[in-house]
Amino acid sequence: MSAQKVLVTGASGMLGRHVATTLRDRGDSVRVLQRRSAGIDGVEETLGSLTAAEDVRRAVAGMDAVVHVAAKVSISGPESEFREVNVGGTQAVLDAMRGEGVARLVNISSPSVAHLGTSIVGLDATPADPRRARGPYARTKAAAEQLAMAADAAGQLMVTSVRPHIVWGPGDTQLVGRIVDRASRGRLPLLDEGMALIDTTYITNASDAIVAALDRIEDVHGESFVVTNGEPRTVRDVLGGFCDAAGVARPHRQVPGAVGRFAGRVVERIWEHRPGHDEPPMTEFLAEQLSTAHWFDQRRTRERLGWSPRVSLDEGFARLADWFAQNPVPAR
Amino acid sequence: MSTRTAGRRRAEPAPGPGIPVLPGVDPVHSRTLEVRDHTGELRRWHLLDSAPFLAERGITPRGTLLAVHGNPTYSFLFRSLIREDIPWRVIAVDQLEMGWSERTGVTRHLQDRITDLSLLTDALSLRGPVVTVGHDWGGIVSVGWALDNRHDLAGMILTNTGIHQELGESLPRALQLATTPAVLPATTSITDAFIRTTIAISNPPLPADVARAYLAPYRGRARRRGIEAFVADIPAHADHPSRPTLERLAEGICEVEVPTLMAWGPKDVTFSDRYLRDLVARVPHADVHRFEGASHLVWEDADVAGLVARWLERTFGASSRPARAVSTFAQQAPEGHVGAPIARLAADPAHRHADAVVEMGEDGREPRRISWQLLHSRVEDIAAGMLAHGIAPGDRVCVLITPGADLTAVLYACLRIGAVAVIADAGLGVDGLTRAVVGSHPDWIIGIDKALAGARALGWPGRRISVARKPTLDRAALGIDTSVSELADAGRQMQELGAPLDAPWPDPEADAAVLFTSGSTGPAKGAVYTHRQMSAMFTAVGDTLQLDPQRGLVAGFAPFALLGPALGAPSVVPDMDVTRPGELTAQALAHAVDALGAPAVFTAPAALRNILDTSGVLDGAERAALARVPSFFSAGAPIPAPLLQELRVLMPAARALTPYGMTECLAITAIDLEGIEAAGPGAGVCVGTPVPRVEIAIAAMDALGETTGEITTEAGITGEILVRAPHVRDRYLMLWGTTDTASRFEGWHATGDVGQLDAAGRLWVEGRAAHVLATAEGLVTPVRIEEAAESVPTVRRAGAAAVGPAGTQQVVVILETEADHRPGRATRPRPADPALQEAVRRAVQQRAGVPVTAVFTTRCLPTDIRHNSKIDRARLSAWADATLRGEPGRPL
Repeated sequence: MSAQKVLVTGASGMLGRHVATTLRDRGDSVRVLQRRSAGIDGVEETLGSLTAAEDVRRAVAGMDAVVHVAAKVSISGPESEFREVNVGGTQAVLDAMRGEGVARLVNISSPSVAHLGTSIVGLDATPADPRRARGPYARTKAAAEQLAMAADAAGQLMVTSVRPHIVWGPGDTQLVGRIVDRASRGRLPLLDEGMALIDTTYITNASDAIVAALDRIEDVHGESFVVTNGEPRTVRDVLGGFCDAAGVARPHRQVPGAVGRFAGRVVERIWEHRPGHDEPPMTEFLAEQLSTAHWFDQRRTRERLGWSPRVSLDEGFARLADWFAQNPVPAR
Repeated sequence: MSTRTAGRRRAEPAPGPGIPVLPGVDPVHSRTLEVRDHTGELRRWHLLDSAPFLAERGITPRGTLLAVHGNPTYSFLFRSLIREDIPWRVIAVDQLEMGWSERTGVTRHLQDRITDLSLLTDALSLRGPVVTVGHDWGGIVSVGWALDNRHDLAGMILTNTGIHQELGESLPRALQLATTPAVLPATTSITDAFIRTTIAISNPPLPADVARAYLAPYRGRARRRGIEAFVADIPAHADHPSRPTLERLAEGICEVEVPTLMAWGPKDVTFSDRYLRDLVARVPHADVHRFEGASHLVWEDADVAGLVARWLERTFGASSRPARAVSTFAQQAPEGHVGAPIARLAADPAHRHADAVVEMGEDGREPRRISWQLLHSRVEDIAAGMLAHGIAPGDRVCVLITPGADLTAVLYACLRIGAVAVIADAGLGVDGLTRAVVGSHPDWIIGIDKALAGARALGWPGRRISVARKPTLDRAALGIDTSVSELADAGRQMQELGAPLDAPWPDPEADAAVLFTSGSTGPAKGAVYTHRQMSAMFTAVGDTLQLDPQRGLVAGFAPFALLGPALGAPSVVPDMDVTRPGELTAQALAHAVDALGAPAVFTAPAALRNILDTSGVLDGAERAALARVPSFFSAGAPIPAPLLQELRVLMPAARALTPYGMTECLAITAIDLEGIEAAGPGAGVCVGTPVPRVEIAIAAMDALGETTGEITTEAGITGEILVRAPHVRDRYLMLWGTTDTASRFEGWHATGDVGQLDAAGRLWVEGRAAHVLATAEGLVTPVRIEEAAESVPTVRRAGAAAVGPAGTQQVVVILETEADHRPGRATRPRPADPALQEAVRRAVQQRAGVPVTAVFTTRCLPTDIRHNSKIDRARLSAWADATLRGEPGRPL
């Protein structure tokens, strides 16, 4: 495939950065857009906000394709903030693409856009549904995916949505960092013994899948794909794997799932009024994520994208351990 | 409440005036029309009509299914009949005063309802072929329509209904109360108790929206008056206006010769098995399927529509064919009446006084010895006594007797006169046994005291006969007619009076026995054998085991006690609790062997470990007895070679043979220790080559584990194992759908086991077809995963389970470890420690080629009680499914 010009939004995050470097390494010319410098060698950096139409237009201009990763991915906070970034930002990208005549978009979404709070056991991607998605993040991402897919359906753009599920890897401060931090302080409970089966995605596999979607977009536009490692494990094994890699004790405190969900609901409300510096320790959404099964049927994703994970879960844990060996968790 | 319903109606497209959108019902199929009823007035009917559904798909209907609901449901009950694989026009009516049809205020008796229905079908210009479908009291109305419209009638489908009401007492108790004038309006119309009760008894419980749909047309007392009138029309008294109609129908149905299907939910307090029994007696050619566990609303509880689709196809479709037993496709065994050797040996002066049956006494007490002559006269006496007592050829006799001389005599007496022996193992447990006994509709129960007490307490049907003579008081308490002793006495007296047993041997094609499966794969099923198949079965087992009649056998596994007399070989029952075959001790076995000299030995696979574990206490004589055993058999589950090698130390002269078979075909293949060693390791368990007259084939499977229809005998193809033999069961008892599934490859019995043939023609078994895991990496059998996991040194035994939908299933392994294994009840699994998990994952990935999603340990894996060796994988999967879904605390 000849080199193309690709804009990656949100390259300061782990996934955006990984996509940008993967594209760069194979010879594409890459431009990134985010508020603060991402400091990635060999890519063109534009600073700006997703919510500023002109910033976005400037970034999109002259590109062949866009990979839209940027989003507010917190698990709590006022819904208006999520809406502004996730829905407004996606709208800005779509408008800019239409204005600048850039036709290809890989929209990064989340399986939670179709997560109804019940267990997901081996299902393929179902349509995004903002009315039924749980929590502000999922609701706004669902609305954003609908917007993006509508642009495809209208024949204006070629859009495919990729929904990586629980992306993690070395240097990840969002998920692994927080889990390890809480575990090291003995504040990571296991809901319902942590027996629910969940899918996760090692970072390399997630960015590979996104690149594959970009390369195959002529065939797969209009479709949404859940992307995972395809190796569901119990919550306790996933959390345990992170903790083992970081050299901290595995979580052992047990909390009934219903208690966790209730506590999460209370904490969520308090946080709305008295936001702290950190994320709240538990939200109802997180409690649900950690106590009900959500793993997916990957057959269509793998077949349509011509992609399969390169890094197994256990290989991922080993790489994570290597990273922690270089960057040890401070002893408490 | 009504305002809310009205609000919803405004919001969504309504299928008709006042009719809300109902779950699972396309409003297009809902229609209303006005037709004159028996009073001559125009009445508004509501019905479901699948004509638009068929037209849309370009399907030309083969005929019409005319479905009539009972009380207090409506056409909604039959919504599942509208489906692509039923190329019949479905017309499901709401009877007048019911459902969404008109409330007219007219009291309608049974005959009026039949007339109303005929007037409706005239208005619809319904012409044959018509198959009527009825449920509850609608079943009676549907039969009335069938009898009045015979020229159009092609078939009948009856579900949880009853055509015959005995006067007074026999009315179902729940309805007796409801029909009491003081109670009737209170339960049926003033409140909605009657309808709520009806939908509440569904098993499993109805989804909330379905329950709401059943209640929807009956909101408000005025709309419920039809329910009350319907109940009041039950003709419980001789002078009831509907009584003559009911009696006409009850007699008329006996003359109907069209194909008939009866589908039943046996957990019905109203139309219990008693009504099914009555219907089967009236329509003996009917195909019957009892959905074990399903309740009165069988259409909700079980896939009745799926059964109907298959039945219509088999009965009226292009692929319709006369049902022919699998055994008729096989090479036949030598003919002979079952039990004939008993008479032969009793007549032979050389054998007459030799032992036929020996029961070892408890704790070294004197054994009970029965000679061939004694056995023969006992069988003949009991047979004559049975006939005199009114037990007729064809009657079903449930035999609940501990294996031993009494069971043998009673069984052969049944076989002699052609009474159909029903044999269910106590290993099924009380619930399982009750299901088996009740579900086999016995006319008689012959049992030990414990069984009869159970029969009394649990209300099992059938007249009761004890083994030993009972004092009058006990007789009354247990509700006993007579005893086997008295039957034998009566027979002997007749003989002495010059009237010996005068009965022809039964027709080889008549039913001989019903053998219940172990229930390790769902509710126990009754496999029905004809006399020909039964005779072939005994011959096959004898041939398989190369049994020497001179030496006899030790029946360490109860069912084999019945084998000896059929083959003319003496048999010994060791001192043991026959309901716990796994607890047979080495000492008890040695004593039993000694009683005959050098007999063949049969045990349950689970007993082998115990025999080895208890062999330490054997003295010299006991060891010598075991050393004389010429052959040793264990049936029920495959035996690992290492165990056989250990046993060889104890029985060095014995050829150790394990047959592979099942209740539906007892002997399929056999293999000895040398054969196992020659086969070496491979996929699953090598069970050897087919025994005489048995053919084996493999039904290929697709990626989801479903058989494709292709049959092969090629080596190396894994699929469902098919067998053909003269001793394959005739059918399953009152399980038409199950028989159909097991016979779906014409001329073959689909075993439900999965495996492959190798280049040497040996069969390898890899577990149950239903347990095949359809992972994203392809099909894999549990056995391969278990063997891989068991290759980890600290693992004692492994069970594989799957979670998730076919095609993307995830593998879960549950282990007993050497360190933590505790025999006994299965305990709730705990997550395995990370090191063990990793070892198991690696082993399974390497040897079976699939990833493992989770690994657990338990003190003891659940096993099937009867065999005490088959891991209950279904139970493991059910536990894993709930737990890994995030439903904690579930016991295994």
